[in-house]
Amino acid sequence: MKPRGWKELNPGAVITEAGSARKFKTGSWRSFKPVWIEENCIQCMMCWIYCPDMAITAKDGKRGEFNYYFCKGCGICALECPGKKGKKAIVMEEEGQ
Amino acid sequence: MSASRVVAVTGNESVAEALRQVNPDVSAAYPITPATDIMQRFTHYVSNGKVKTEMILVESEHSAMSACIGASAAGGRVMTATSSQGLALMWEELFIASGYRLPIVMSLVNRALSAPINIHCDHSDGMGARDCGWIQLWSENAQEAYDNTIQAFRIAENMDIRLPAMVCMDGFIISHSIERMEYLDDDAVRNYVGDFKQLYPLLDIAHPVSYGPLILSDYYMEYKRAHAEVMSKVKHVVLDAASEFERISGRKYGLFEDYRLDDAEIGLVVLNSAAGTSKDVVDAFRDRGIKAGLLKPRLFRPFPYEEVGEALKHLKAVCVLDRADASGASYGPLFMEIASSVSPYSPRPVLLNKIYGLGGRDYLPGHAESVLSELAEVAATGKVRTFKEYIGVRE
Ligand code: SF4
Ligand code: SF4
Repeated sequence: MKPRGWKELNPGAVITEAGSARKFKTGSWRSFKPVWIEENCIQCMMCWIYCPDMAITAKDGKRGEFNYYFCKGCGICALECPGKKGKKAIVMEEEGQ
Repeated sequence: MSASRVVAVTGNESVAEALRQVNPDVSAAYPITPATDIMQRFTHYVSNGKVKTEMILVESEHSAMSACIGASAAGGRVMTATSSQGLALMWEELFIASGYRLPIVMSLVNRALSAPINIHCDHSDGMGARDCGWIQLWSENAQEAYDNTIQAFRIAENMDIRLPAMVCMDGFIISHSIERMEYLDDDAVRNYVGDFKQLYPLLDIAHPVSYGPLILSDYYMEYKRAHAEVMSKVKHVVLDAASEFERISGRKYGLFEDYRLDDAEIGLVVLNSAAGTSKDVVDAFRDRGIKAGLLKPRLFRPFPYEEVGEALKHLKAVCVLDRADASGASYGPLFMEIASSVSPYSPRPVLLNKIYGLGGRDYLPGHAESVLSELAEVAATGKVRTFKEYIGVRE
């Protein structure tokens, strides 16, 4: 898309398109990455509730893989994850390892 | 012209009355001398059901301006009032209000900034906020403070500009002194400001919008360029608002007041209440056959430098009186505007700068007399003793 000139901007930088954050890749900031260990997952959906972005995909009330396009690696999901019998279903791994 | 009531009121009272008549949707404020009285009176109107305003009492001016920003983005007509440190505490929010293009109206009762702490008038608060993207209207007396407050809503909310506006008047000298003035009818004021028109209201959930996106180097400069363009339209909006206001009030306003300037050879440039004192002295000089005049800026932001330059270019000598010191700068803040306004002309007036009245120090007719006498001397001889000095200060 050709960048717009100053005459074509909305007053106050107001964004009038709902959900446009979907187009903005924020996952590139990540230095740690959450990894899902499905066998330890009890599908409590706590990670989906706590994730401050849209990085945990969900369908029919169950979580699926991470969407790393939006995941910033904050680690909140890993912290909140109760896992199964003391074994976490999300662990953080350093990127590039 | 609509009917009016003649009253004897303080500047603060007159602004509170204007706000009652406008009846804004939301106000958020925190008390600070000398502006406290405006919101104290206004909250009485709220408590007594005289206005329908949602009044938010907050814990600081930072919160006051933040709440005003939220309410304005939500889609309401919003106003507040402050002074001095209160405005200073709003500092970062002022830029957000203007950057979001929110038409908030704020009464600024001018007071010196700390330290040393002082509650009396000077213009250091307003001058400190002059470049924050707001419109600034300055007022000589209670009548002008009232009239400018009403006009500010219409100017700020104009769909071509949508900018916040600050209406300044001198603390204590005007805010707490009783003067004779005229109030307009409630209906006249309400018809004049009209119904509030929303632009991108957050509460319109059928049309969701986001305020405050991160704009980095790829677009920030384009937004600032757009803001400059909007600023350039303000003077036309101000003049339109003034001519419509004259129709209902009979009182004439422009971008500035030019007082006996047409054939003047020497002149003063001065803001707010000191202009009243100075005009009397200009008259006395005229009676003695000395061609003196005065220019009192009204719209200080955006500064109408082309019109001001045009109005002053024929004078021989001009003194700009600054009630604020731009610490460490070449000259006072008003002087720098005037100097750049006349700079394209040749010949142009010799310009002097006097800093006066800081922290409420009295400005007396004697000060205007000695400045005008000095200007007459400069005009006659072309010799300047000093370009910049402080007057009314003990050595
Ligand atoms: S690390 Fe943070 S951003 Fe990534 S999925 Fe977990 S909670 Fe969401
Ligand atoms: S919080 Fe842990 S256990 Fe719960 S759904 Fe997410 S990954 Fe599975």
